[in-house]
Amino acid sequence: MKSDKDVRTLDAASIVKDAQKELGSSSRRLFGKRILTLGGLALLSGCDLTNDKSVNNLLRTMSSFNDDAQARLFDRSKLAPTYPDSMITRPFPFNAFYDIDQVPEVDARTYRLELAGLVKGRRVWTLGELSALPQRSQVTRHICIEGWSAIGKWGGVRFSDFLLLAGADTTAKYVALHCADNYWTSIDMPTALHPQTLLTLTYDGNVLPAKYGFPMKLRIPTKLGYKNPKHIVAITVTNEFPGGYWENQGYNWFGGS
Amino acid sequence: MSHATIHPVWVRAFHWINAAAVILMCMSGWQVYEASPIFAVIRFPAAITLGGWLGGALLWHFAIMWVLVANFVAYLALGVFTGRLRRTIFPLTLRAIATDLVAALRGKLSHSDLSAYNAVQKLAYLVVIVDIALVIVSGVTIWKPVQFPVLRTLMGGFDNARIVHFVAMSVLAGFFAIHVVMVALVPRSLLTMIRGR
Repeated sequence: MKSDKDVRTLDAASIVKDAQKELGSSSRRLFGKRILTLGGLALLSGCDLTNDKSVNNLLRTMSSFNDDAQARLFDRSKLAPTYPDSMITRPFPFNAFYDIDQVPEVDARTYRLELAGLVKGRRVWTLGELSALPQRSQVTRHICIEGWSAIGKWGGVRFSDFLLLAGADTTAKYVALHCADNYWTSIDMPTALHPQTLLTLTYDGNVLPAKYGFPMKLRIPTKLGYKNPKHIVAITVTNEFPGGYWENQGYNWFGGS
Repeated sequence: MSHATIHPVWVRAFHWINAAAVILMCMSGWQVYEASPIFAVIRFPAAITLGGWLGGALLWHFAIMWVLVANFVAYLALGVFTGRLRRTIFPLTLRAIATDLVAALRGKLSHSDLSAYNAVQKLAYLVVIVDIALVIVSGVTIWKPVQFPVLRTLMGGFDNARIVHFVAMSVLAGFFAIHVVMVALVPRSLLTMIRGR
């Protein structure tokens, strides 16, 4: 323990010596004081940091920067992994911004999908017309922004096929999706044209149940769950940034994985 | 008293920027974790989190990540380029670690020369450097599991990447706790990290 004591004494002595030297310089003293004040201020305002308007603006600016970074990173030829049916998560979790008893009920007979914006072709589609188009299905991992993930099987029309068939301007920047439950989101055109982006009508081989988005869910395995809207009733192709339900509250807009 | 610089200015700049970034990343990360806890028994009280809710925390996490990564990459580059990393951390032998660990636990390690790290210290710094690299790689995997298939495989899939990220965070937090205690025991080391000598 003797050496330990030595070390401590030495330590204390040198600190005092240094401190005395420091005190001799008034500009340094002032600088030190300012640093301490800044630190104190940061600590005091710590809890309110998120409510501060300028901080929030800065964070939103960074989020836009992240949108651009992700758009650059996005490679349309990179496919999300697919899985065998045996790996499907059962039961697949229900998730929405409301409880399951508030799931909207859409009448299949009166349902019409409406297209708006930069679209030259047909603007109104019935369910029958959509299910008459070539169908495909894939088993992919749904990743929620909360961190959990689940594997599911969705089937439907390749979205890029549908957009081309409807005469959508695929040079436009955004595709906005409006839902029967007043949810809405929007995606970038490269993602809309990704080969795995499906306008789905089925889940695990059956008609898409209400809880998973009847009559139609846009399944995008390259994007997080909140970018995979359910109960879609209208699609807009546009160059004006459409935002989204969660995105406008702070979720990153690109939300790609 | 020697006036030779122990920590060059770039090391000090890296250190404090990294410290701030790690604290903000941990606090915002804990808020994100709360949205879907991996381990039911491990929870983070709101008082030590940042962002207020999932969306707010992610805004922080995705903003500060650039600071953490850029700062870390610059540090590694300078550390390798100047040879300082090799000089300060190596050679590092198991025998030296064992000897110094025993000495440290018995309170017999000397701190009279702050420019030379003891073996336990070297190991701790090596571990934390590798751990920050791991926290970044696992984080990138969680952020972009589709765009970086090699990382995804390396991390054992998306779900496993979250666990790796969490464990790497825990190691980082553990280092932080021990580091702060050690600084409190040898306060002069704080001064050297602020003014360099």
